[in-house]
Amino acid sequence: MEPILQQIDEIVKSNPIVIFMKGTPQFPQCGYSSRAAEAIKACGVEFAYVNVLADMEIFNNLPRYQDWPTFPQIYVNGELIGGSDIVVELHQRGDLKPMLEKAASTPAA
Amino acid sequence: MQSTLHHKLSAAFLPTHLDIVNESHRHAMRASDSHFHITLVSNAFMDQTLLARHRAVNKVLADELAGSVHALTLNTMTPDEWAAKGGLVEASPKCKGG
Repeated sequence: MEPILQQIDEIVKSNPIVIFMKGTPQFPQCGYSSRAAEAIKACGVEFAYVNVLADMEIFNNLPRYQDWPTFPQIYVNGELIGGSDIVVELHQRGDLKPMLEKAASTPAA
Repeated sequence: MQSTLHHKLSAAFLPTHLDIVNESHRHAMRASDSHFHITLVSNAFMDQTLLARHRAVNKVLADELAGSVHALTLNTMTPDEWAAKGGLVEASPKCKGG
């Protein structure tokens, strides 16, 4: 695996919940990233984030990592859950909170 | 661009309902063909996860996403799910500059 993809993989695998987003949860710089971060915050669990605007190498290569072309990207227990629309829909269905709570209580791999 | 999206999605998913709204005007820093809100209702989504549905759409529109299309709001539903929602979808988020 290329070093940059390896680096992304390590971030994903060492954090039970991580969002790669534009900006930060406090100061999102994209409406989609903002909406996804809000949904995760509303679940009341700890999560990690990566501001892709602050790391152009991650910004340029993350779409190749799991063949997902857009930001934000949300990973739970090492697996891509999806982008903003999916996370928001899971939240509205009531499925997001139990998923994140379960992940947060599982030690990282 | 809108007709290209319509054509490609129609051919790939044989949708029972397809609505494409160009929302690029809400994003001041972007080109006129950059942001679209797509509501796609198709039997092809039966028994598929949301992730699989979005992947399928992203694949069909890969060329456009690699080009001028910057962001999609995607609502992917089966006809039953669409009916259960009463034919309503949530609005796209407000732009924050990124």
